[in-house]
Amino acid sequence: MASAATTAAPRQSILRSDAAQKLLAFGALILIFAFFSFASPVFFTWENIKGILLATAVNGILALGVTFIIITAGIDLSVGTVMTLCAVMTGVAITNLGLPIPVGILVSLLTGIAAGSVNGFFISRMGIPPFIATLGMMMMARGLALVISGVKPIYFNDAPGFRNLTMGTLVADIPNAVIILFVAAIIAAFILGKTVLGRYAVAMGSNEEATRLSGVNVANWKTAVYALGGFFSGLAGVVIASRLNSAQPALGMGYELDAIAAVVIGGTSLSGGQGTILGTVIGAFIISTLTNGLRILSVPQEWQMVVTGAIVILAVYLDIVRRRRQ
Amino acid sequence: MDTVLVKMEGIDKSFPGVRALINAQFELRAGEVHALVGENGAGKSTLMKILSGIYTKDAGHIYYLGEETEIDGPREAQHLGISMIHQELNLMPHLTLAQNVFIGREPRGALPFMLDERKINAQTEALFERMNLRLNPGTKASELTVAKQQMVEIAKALSFDSQVLIMDEPTAALTNAEIDELFRIIRDLRSKGVGIVYISHRLEELKQICDRITVMRDGQYVDTVDAASIPIDRIISMMVGRTIYESAPELPENRDTETVLEVRNLNRGKELIDVNFSLKKGEILGFAGLMGAGRTEVARAIFGADPVDSGEIYLYGKRVGIHHPRTAVQNGLGYLSEDRKRYGLATGLNVEINNALASMGQFLSSVGVVNDSKMEERAEQYVETLAIKTPSVNQLVKNLSGGNQQKVVIGKWLTADSDILIFDEPTRGIDVGAKSEIYHLLNELAGQGKSIIMISSELPEILRMSHRIIVMCEGRITGELDATEATQERIMTYATMRSVLTDQDDDNHSTDDAAPAAVTVSQK
Ligand SMILES: Nc1ncnc2c1ncn2[C@@H]1O[C@H](COP(=O)(O)OP(=O)(O)OP(=O)(O)O)[C@@H](O)[C@H]1O
Ligand SMILES: [Mg+2]
Repeated sequence: MASAATTAAPRQSILRSDAAQKLLAFGALILIFAFFSFASPVFFTWENIKGILLATAVNGILALGVTFIIITAGIDLSVGTVMTLCAVMTGVAITNLGLPIPVGILVSLLTGIAAGSVNGFFISRMGIPPFIATLGMMMMARGLALVISGVKPIYFNDAPGFRNLTMGTLVADIPNAVIILFVAAIIAAFILGKTVLGRYAVAMGSNEEATRLSGVNVANWKTAVYALGGFFSGLAGVVIASRLNSAQPALGMGYELDAIAAVVIGGTSLSGGQGTILGTVIGAFIISTLTNGLRILSVPQEWQMVVTGAIVILAVYLDIVRRRRQ
Repeated sequence: MDTVLVKMEGIDKSFPGVRALINAQFELRAGEVHALVGENGAGKSTLMKILSGIYTKDAGHIYYLGEETEIDGPREAQHLGISMIHQELNLMPHLTLAQNVFIGREPRGALPFMLDERKINAQTEALFERMNLRLNPGTKASELTVAKQQMVEIAKALSFDSQVLIMDEPTAALTNAEIDELFRIIRDLRSKGVGIVYISHRLEELKQICDRITVMRDGQYVDTVDAASIPIDRIISMMVGRTIYESAPELPENRDTETVLEVRNLNRGKELIDVNFSLKKGEILGFAGLMGAGRTEVARAIFGADPVDSGEIYLYGKRVGIHHPRTAVQNGLGYLSEDRKRYGLATGLNVEINNALASMGQFLSSVGVVNDSKMEERAEQYVETLAIKTPSVNQLVKNLSGGNQQKVVIGKWLTADSDILIFDEPTRGIDVGAKSEIYHLLNELAGQGKSIIMISSELPEILRMSHRIIVMCEGRITGELDATEATQERIMTYATMRSVLTDQDDDNHSTDDAAPAAVTVSQK
């Protein structure tokens, strides 16, 4: 989907590269689904599938932003705690200041964009490696979230509509959170495949020096990519706050790793230049399906982590094998 | 047309530890092809990078159309109408050719931030057509050979419709047909009043295409002369500051008959078809052919860098399975890649470490600690023998001039002390002085009993440096010639012996030279 723009001409290469990766990931998802459906009668029920969809929403949205960043050959460790900071800011706006819900949402998005832009500034202007810069941001955002909230959750009891934002249903029986994820994914795929920002993200990840020599202002565009990542963190902040009907300031650590895992399972290369949004969405679904299925089979949580970890390794290995074949 | 497009005066530029340019000057007129020549590291690329806004000068003046100008970045240079084809390839492998050509100035779609992919592709197609380049704009750049990538870079530079076009060794990776095409394009541009800066180490080319020649030495301006009237010898002596006789080194006769390497029935898809040959001790075996004939593929297959469908490799009569370059190195093979940036060098590391990279074992103590002083000593030794121009062995390789990077790769394999060396285009981008040094070096190595496969697209080089010549075409070996019987014509006949007329390649070959059974080789 995201690569539609890049495949304008050659026929055989479509089959060989991007599409093959997506088929692989999609096939894996189907396989996992089939396995759990056989293993447990409760798995393949609409209630459970709804649970999986809902559980994917937050991680999926975070992973969308991370996809862009990894495509530039960067990394973002701060998405989880920035998401929490955004949720807390929404809480402050809606509950503490009594502002209307749309303003609260806007505050969250702007907080995310600001945090992402700061990441971008550290990386492209100050020359700090992405790993370090976003590690710093991860801690700062966590600290700020705790300070601003006074280490207490902020509840949205005074704004009853807020919870409906994600838990309500507009289309059939699908929770809005899931609709938000899909709409966000479509927008992300559009940005990656059809806009200048997406093109330069791929170009920078593919060969940054050549991109610079072509007259592209690499520092600005890279900052924009991190800001976009921040935007998705802000969106995830709204979704998680609404789902929990509260901003939980202690939450957020570990979300970044799940997001990175989803991106990687989806076939985005950590060395940059390559990746698709559809892959990332499938990756996010694989992770939540696994977690859900293993829980249904009463596999202890510790073992769930082991399995998820092994899947990440396996996914990347299969991708490497496939690439080597070509 | 005598309008002066660009005038550079008193240009100074220093890098840490290096004075790359000292009071350098250059002038370019409209409608001229102006060659810039000099030894490796003379400062040619640096001077032109200043003109195209990639480096900022420390001192000096640049006048564009008579007006003093500051060029602060590549973008400003583009706006002024200055574009540059870089010595090192600069494409984004994950993007398509069309996307590469238009990077940074994509036609926009319905909204200002949207790309108009159709237009990007269509315009690129038209551009390729103008250059007689048969490439699909939608192909990913990573799928092209070095030569084709170079042509795309040229296309990209042309697409700017610049007034000033700088070409830094554009022909280093091109075949003769492609060079002819490039020259046609250059002449066309010249007649339209474009000023072209042409950097090349192939001095024969200068006479063909250039109007004036500026010579640089050690970062300084030497002289500007008329191309038509100056003999090549004179250019060379201006470049090196002394007279060198560029004579063919005597190739030592090889009496050894021991076969060190034998390759049998190497096959991989359409790239390698039944490749059979053998290499003797102390022999220099030349591999000739057009670009894309499969010579590099043979080398990489032997070296274990790419898998093959079938085939056997024998070293000293014993069958070996080489599936990984590591095994190849352990078996005493060394491979000097044609694409040094991608396969030959860790450009972010310094000269010393690159030099030791293929033979770290030599520099480890019994407990596995790296012996730095030994590593440094060895690197210094090769810096000296190969005359690598670098302030110290601690300089990062990416900061060396192109030709000097090539020498570092050679040093690396010499350090590894390989018995069988495969040199893929060893003199690409190397100046005349260094070239004859490398020839002497090859001779010396052969004299010491090392066996060498030399892949080269420069026929004179193949002719004067090989004991035996193997010619390839389209993945097959089409001929084998002894040094005594080889001529350029005979090599070219074999090199163009296409087995089938391919439809995508409409080189006007008559059907009568179709399907010659591959001339078999190994004469034990
Ligand atoms: N970025 C850099 N940092 C440090 N030194 C540099 C850098 N770029 C060039 N140099 C040095 O400046 C000198 C001139 O280099 P330049 O690349 O201009 O040479 P050149 O004439 O183009 O040589 P070649 O024919 O080998 O390409 C060399 O000694 C080189 O090592
Ligand atoms: Mg150069």
